[in-house]
Formats: sequence, structure tokens, C-alpha cells
Amino acid sequence: MSLNIYALSAGADFGGGVWDLLASGPRRERQRELIAKAIAPIWEANHVWLILVIVLLFTAFPSAFALLMTQLHIPMTLMLIGIVLRGSAFTFRSYDSRRDSVQRRWGRVFAIASTATPVLLGCIVGAIATGSISTAAVTSASFVDVYVRSWLEPFPIGVGLLAFLLFAFLAAVYLTLEARDDAMREDFRTRALAAGAAVAVVASIDLALARSSAPLVWSALTEGTLATALRIGAVLASLGAMAALWRRSFRQARIAAILEVSLIVWGWALGQFPYLVPPEITVENAAAPTATLRLVVIALVVGLAVLLPSLRYLFKVFKANPG
Amino acid sequence: MTNLLAARAQMAVSLAFHIIFAEVGIALPLMMTIAEWRWLRTGDGAYLDLAKRWAKGTAILFAVGAVSGTVLSFELGLLWPGFMRYAGAIIGMPFSLEGFAFFTEAIFLGVYLYGWDRIPARAHLASGALVAVSGALSGIFVVIANAWMNAPAGFRLVGGQPVDVNPLAAMANPAALSQTIHMTIAAYASTALAVAGIHAYVLRRRRGAPLTEELARFHRAALAVSLSIGIPAAIVQPISGDLSARFVAERQPVKLAAMEAQFQSVRGAPLRIGGWPNVAKEETRYSIEIPRGLSFLAFHDPNALVNGLMAFPREEWPPVRVVHASFELMLALGSAMAIVSLWAGWVAIRRRRLRYEAADRWLLAALVVTGPFGFLATEAGWLVTEVGRQPWIVYGVMKTKDAVTPMPGLIVPFSLVTLLYCGLGVVVIWLLWRQIVSTSGEFGGQRSKEFIGTGVSE
Ligand code: HDD
Ligand code: HEM
Ligand code: HEM
Repeated sequence: MSLNIYALSAGADFGGGVWDLLASGPRRERQRELIAKAIAPIWEANHVWLILVIVLLFTAFPSAFALLMTQLHIPMTLMLIGIVLRGSAFTFRSYDSRRDSVQRRWGRVFAIASTATPVLLGCIVGAIATGSISTAAVTSASFVDVYVRSWLEPFPIGVGLLAFLLFAFLAAVYLTLEARDDAMREDFRTRALAAGAAVAVVASIDLALARSSAPLVWSALTEGTLATALRIGAVLASLGAMAALWRRSFRQARIAAILEVSLIVWGWALGQFPYLVPPEITVENAAAPTATLRLVVIALVVGLAVLLPSLRYLFKVFKANPG
Repeated sequence: MTNLLAARAQMAVSLAFHIIFAEVGIALPLMMTIAEWRWLRTGDGAYLDLAKRWAKGTAILFAVGAVSGTVLSFELGLLWPGFMRYAGAIIGMPFSLEGFAFFTEAIFLGVYLYGWDRIPARAHLASGALVAVSGALSGIFVVIANAWMNAPAGFRLVGGQPVDVNPLAAMANPAALSQTIHMTIAAYASTALAVAGIHAYVLRRRRGAPLTEELARFHRAALAVSLSIGIPAAIVQPISGDLSARFVAERQPVKLAAMEAQFQSVRGAPLRIGGWPNVAKEETRYSIEIPRGLSFLAFHDPNALVNGLMAFPREEWPPVRVVHASFELMLALGSAMAIVSLWAGWVAIRRRRLRYEAADRWLLAALVVTGPFGFLATEAGWLVTEVGRQPWIVYGVMKTKDAVTPMPGLIVPFSLVTLLYCGLGVVVIWLLWRQIVSTSGEFGGQRSKEFIGTGVSE
């Protein structure tokens, strides 16, 4: 039962990730208009994925939620501020005057917040993987040990960087498809290639760091056939994405990029399983009582049955030509 | 400032900010749908303009509502991990349902905003209605969670730990009905009267050139739609408030005593209007007292026994002054809103149509004055509910001080969040002003291009 939820919420997480990428990549772009147009209709729905994940997390795994929010208070708060600034800057930019200077100012807020948020998200994920977050720590050590050290270390920061690059990579790949003219498409292609290469480098460094900092993830990633298969799959997908980009087969590139990111997310999830927050909290011991879980699953199924068709309708409306 | 106080202040600031946008998010979509429906029925372009402007307002406010709501869901964990560890499994359910309701709302808002000339008129109207319904549902779900904090249900305590958790029973807690009714009506009354206030102001303004006929038509239409919701909501609100008060009287006698600043336990307790409680001397002075009023209102029996604060241990008293003053404020504002609404309703009945002219100067002036009252009453009402529940975070089960995070230095995030919200608030007001109010001059004769020729296909 709890496994089921875990899979589902990871799925939602991933969905949220994908959409967020779309919204986060654009930073340095001059082709703001294209990006804004690509994001505008989906921003809201997008943001809600994140909320659903949070809400499901605290319903299904209340003690994990409480622990994470306590020890990672600082990066969580910073990330939260990033999310607020990003969301509001984007909206204000779309509705505010068309004057260039104003647009640029909102654009800058949007860009900075979009960069900081995935880095912090990655730091948080990385910190969880190191296994330094536990109830014992809260009572024992000094302020820095409890609230800072766990996430301000090479490994979590490396993961932050990786998350950021992955987001950038995916967004660039997406935008190659959204672009309407060749010059712009080439711009995004170059960026996608660069981001993709950086992903490979940072991922290797992170893996090396994981060996000492996050032994749990390290061993899970290197041992076992499923893990190996996922890892090889991710590498193949990333090679495939790069090759497709090179050959300008943008559709294939997008599929491969999505595959790459999902395999990384799944590999990570598998690497941690059965721990939610190692070394103390597992899926089993953090799960809410069965009655709650059963209802959450029902709500998820019914909710998705309503949401997915609605979402399809939204995309249909948006892609339809006016008139 | 102690850590606990900083945490409470941060929660209060975030909620007080969020609730305004939540109320608008509940009521404005309904108004925009009604305006579109009127347009489809009458073909009067003023209604189409209205629907489009309100849709734009909904979009801006929805985004701010969404980010401030996200802040809240993090803050529940960031500030009150003890509460979430304990209660997450019990009341996570309404929050999850709320998540789905938001999602639906967001999707159909997208359809509404981008679908004007892409889908059939009827489908467009229906998506507007779906936005309105899911907005109301999301509000109802969170308030159910809050009601649970007032009247915990759906679990048993064994050795301080909740067992036999039943989330459905938790949602069906005894406070849920009265609180959701009162809150939902509050959202409609506040938003509708605020919008009516703005349009009444423009319609009656004297300075400058008189309004063109087209502009006047636009503002009359806006008044008609907003008051068609505002009048009934504001009239019903005191009745639903009575339901809430009777719940409090039965379940949270300390809160009732604080609301009424009643220190002594007496039979046939008076209803106090105004007054300043002196906690040290345990008396309330300078108030007008209506004999037996409180006993009658709270228990529907003029001789009922009302327990005063002194019947309870001192450490269980909430801050009496804040609770009493906020309650009085809500009553005063609510009464004013109800009276003005009765007046406006009576004018409409006499005319046999919902139509107000610039010549109704006094009525319009009154509507301008009551414009902000609903939001103020809402803030006051929440102060009563939340501060009146102190020192409990979950009434009778968990103290607020046991729920707060051990993280030191909470004053820092509190200051950051407050600053952020002040900034956001200023920007939002400025934006709305530029987008929706100040451009209304563009209507007469040369309506902005955006609004012309984008009619829904017939
Ligand atoms: C437009 C806003 C508005 C107006 C005009 C009123 N209220 Fe209210 N009131 C609220 C908005 C509100 C609120 C903000 O929505 C609260 C806070 C919690 C809740 O459920 O509703 C609330 C709470 C609240 C409570 C506390 C419930 C609790 O603690 O569980 C009582 C007893 C009343 N109200 C009673 C009244 C009465 C007798 C009114 C008659 C004039 C009145 N309210 C007008
Ligand atoms: C339905 C949703 C709500 C939930 C779940 C909720 C939850 C909470 C929690 C957990 C706290 C901190 C613990 C405490 O001090 O008791 C709190 C405090 C507070 N909340 Fe709410 N709240 C809700 C709605 C609101 C709204 C809409 C307001 C609007 C103004 C509000 C005003 C406050 C205030 C003023 C405090 C501080 C109390 C004090 O300092 O004495 N609440 N609330
Ligand atoms: C602790 C309390 C609360 C939490 C955690 C919370 C959470 C949230 C979240 C996460 C969102 C954003 C969802 C989105 O992206 O669409 C949101 C928006 C919203 N909330 Fe709250 N909320 C709280 C209190 C309230 C209260 C008291 C109400 C009111 C009755 C309310 C009504 C709404 C509505 C109607 C929206 C939709 C946004 C809009 O249309 O503007 N919320 N809330």
C-alpha cells in the first residue's frame, strides 16, 4: 500500500519536475516572448503539482515531513521565497505594462529565482541522501551541525547543481520544438547541447562524491541488476538525446531527454528505497495509518480520473488556433 | 520576541495575506461567470467587458493566491512540525482534496482565459462555472481542516498518541458545518461588496467630465452583478454567524467568554457592545449591556448559564482583549454590511429591477463606505477563531508551544516573509489599479482593441 503511494507521489513529483523545468530553463534567454508564451498557460497547473506533492507527503508520511521541515528549515525557506518570487514575477510580467524596462525588471527577478530554486531543491534532495538527517541530531548538536551542515556540503551542492542543469537541459530541448524559426531553434540547440554535456560532467562528479558522502545511494546505484539497468538506461538515454540534438531530430531528442530525467529520478528513488529519510525513516515506519492511506489512494485515483481529461482538454484548447 | 511568538506572528501574517486572495478566488469567478451569462442572454457588450476584466483580475489574484498558499503549506511544516507529525495523518485528507480542487480550478481557469475565441460559448461558460465551483470547494476543504483544530474528532488518544485514525470522521467534525458556511458566505459578501464599492465610487464621482453613457452602462452592469451576490450574502451572514456562535458557546466556552469579555459566570448574561476588558482586575468597563442578550443569543434561552473566564484556569485563557475587540469589530462591520444590503435590496425591489443610477447618491456613498468592510470583518473573524483558540493549537489536545519548531532565530524568516508580503501587496494593488480600474476610461467610444472583436463565436 505505502509502496503504491510512494510510486505515485514520485510520479507526480516527476511530472512536477518536468513542468517546472519548462518554466525554469529560460533564464538567460533573450527570446523571452517565446518562453513566456510556452509557459503562460501551464504555469498554474504546473505549480499545483508541487503543492500536491507537499500535501500528499504530509498526509501519507507526516513524520518524514515534520523532520525534513525542521532540519532543512533554512534551505526550505529559501526555496519557498524563490518559488514565491518566481511565480509572482512571472505573472506580473505577463500582465504588466509592455514597457521594456519594467518587463526587464520582472524578467530579472524571474530569472534569478528560477536559477536558485532548482539548486536549493537539489541541495535538499542531496542532503536527504547523505543520511545526516535524524531525530537524534535535533537534540544533540550545535545550531550549525543541525541546521546548516547537512545541506551545505559538497555532495548536496553538487546535487543542486545537477538538478539545475537537468532542468536547464530539458527546458532547452523543449524550446527547440516550440521555436518557430530556425535561428532561434539553433540557439536553443546549442544551449541544450552545452547543458547536456554539463549534466554528464556534474553527474559523474556527484557519483564520485556519493561514494563517501552518500554510501547508501552509492551502493544502491552500483549493486543489483535493476539499478545497473536503470543506470545504463539513463546513460544511453542521455547519449541518445545528445545524438538526436546533433542530428536536429528534435522530437526524438525530447523523448530521450524525458526518458533520461525519469530514469535518473527513478534510479534515485530506488537507490533510497526503502528509506524516505535515511538512516531513520523508512517508507514503512513513516507511513500514516492504513485508514488514511487507503483514502489517499482513493482520492488520488478519483482525482486523476477527473484531472487528466481536464488537462488534456486544456492542452487541446491551447493548441487550437483561434477563430 | 520569543521564538513561539515569532512563529505565530509569521503564521498570522501569511494567513491574513492569503485569506484575502482566497476570498477573491472564491467569489470573483462566480461574478465573472454571471457576467458572461448575462452577456449571452442580453447581448449587452458591457457584460462582456465585465467578464473579461474580472477574468483578468481573477488570473492575477489567483497567481498570488497560489504562491501565498504554497507558502502556507510549507509553513505548516516549517513552523509547526510537532503539529504536522501529530495531525498530518488525520487532517491531511482535506488538504489533499483541496489540492485536487485547486488543480481543477487552475486547469479550467486556463481554459477560460485562453478559450474566449477557441471553444463554443456554452463550453466557455461552463468552464467559468467550474472555476467558481472548485474555488468554493477548495476554500471549504481548508476550512474543514481548521474546524478540526477547533473540534478535533476522528481519532482516539492512547498514551498521548492518536490511534484509530479515521480521516472521514475527522472531516465530519462538529465545527465543520458552521465554519464552512460562515466562511464561504463571507467570501461572497466581502468580494462582492468590495467590487460594488469600487464601481459605486466611479459611478457617483463628481469631479471631472461626467461619465459617457457607455461607461455608465458598464458601471451599472458591474453594480448589478456584484450586488446580486453581495446583497443576499451580507444579509444571511449574521444568521450564519449566530450558528457559529452557538457552536462556540457549546464547545469552546473559554473562547465565548473571551469574545464577550465575560469574567463572571452568571445566568441571564448580558450582551456587551463595546467595552474594554481589564484582565488584571477581571472586569469589563465602558460597555453598553443588553440584559440577558448573550444568554439568549448563545443558547436561545434568556436565562441560560454562561460560564465566565473565571470558571477556567488562568493558563487556559486566550488573550482576552484581542479576542473581544476583534469580535466586536466583526459584529459592527457585519451589521453595517447587512443594513446597507437591506437598503440596496429594498431599492431594487421597489424598482422591480436590479438597477442603480448615479442619482442614488446616498446609497452609492454607503456602498463605497462598506466596500472594505468585508475583508476587515474576515480578518477580525479569523483573529477571533485563531487567537481565541489559544493556548491550544488543537483544542484540548495539543498546546501551541508543543507544536513549534525547535529551530532558533525564527524572527529572521518572520521578518523576511513580512517584507516579501508587503512588497507583493503593493505590487498587486498597483497592477490591479493599472489593469482594471484606471483603463476603464478607455471604454467610451474607443474601447481597447483587446476587448473588441474577440467575442465568443455565436
Ligand atoms: C464578511 C465577513 C464576516 C461577517 C460580516 C461576519 N463574520 Fe463572523 N467570521 C468571519 C467573517 C465574517 C470569518 C473570517 O470567516 C470567520 C473566522 C473563522 C470562520 O469560520 O469564519 C468568522 C468567525 C466567527 C465566529 C467564530 C467561529 C469560531 O471560532 O469557530 C463567530 C461566533 C462569528 N463569526 C459570528 C458572527 C456574527 C454573529 C456576525 C454578525 C454580524 C458575523 N460573524 C459577521
Ligand atoms: C483554514 C485554515 C487555517 C489553518 C489550518 C490555520 C492554522 C493555524 C496554525 C497551525 C496556527 C499556529 C498555531 C496557533 O497559534 O494556534 C495559526 C495561528 C494563527 N492563525 Fe490560523 N489557520 C487557518 C486560517 C487562518 C486565517 C484565514 C487567518 C486570517 C487572518 C488566521 C489567523 C491566524 C492567527 C492570527 C494566528 C496566530 C494566533 C495567535 O498568535 O494567538 N488563521 N493558524
Ligand atoms: C493553513 C491554511 C491554508 C493552506 C495550507 C492553504 C494552501 C493553499 C495552497 C497551497 C494554495 C494554492 C493552490 C493553487 O496553486 O491553486 C491555496 C490557494 C487557495 N486557498 Fe488556501 N490555504 C490555507 C488557508 C485557506 C483558507 C482559510 C481559505 C479560505 C477559505 C483558502 C482558500 C483558498 C483558495 C480559494 C485558493 C485558490 C487561490 C485563488 O483562487 O486565488 N485557503 N491555498
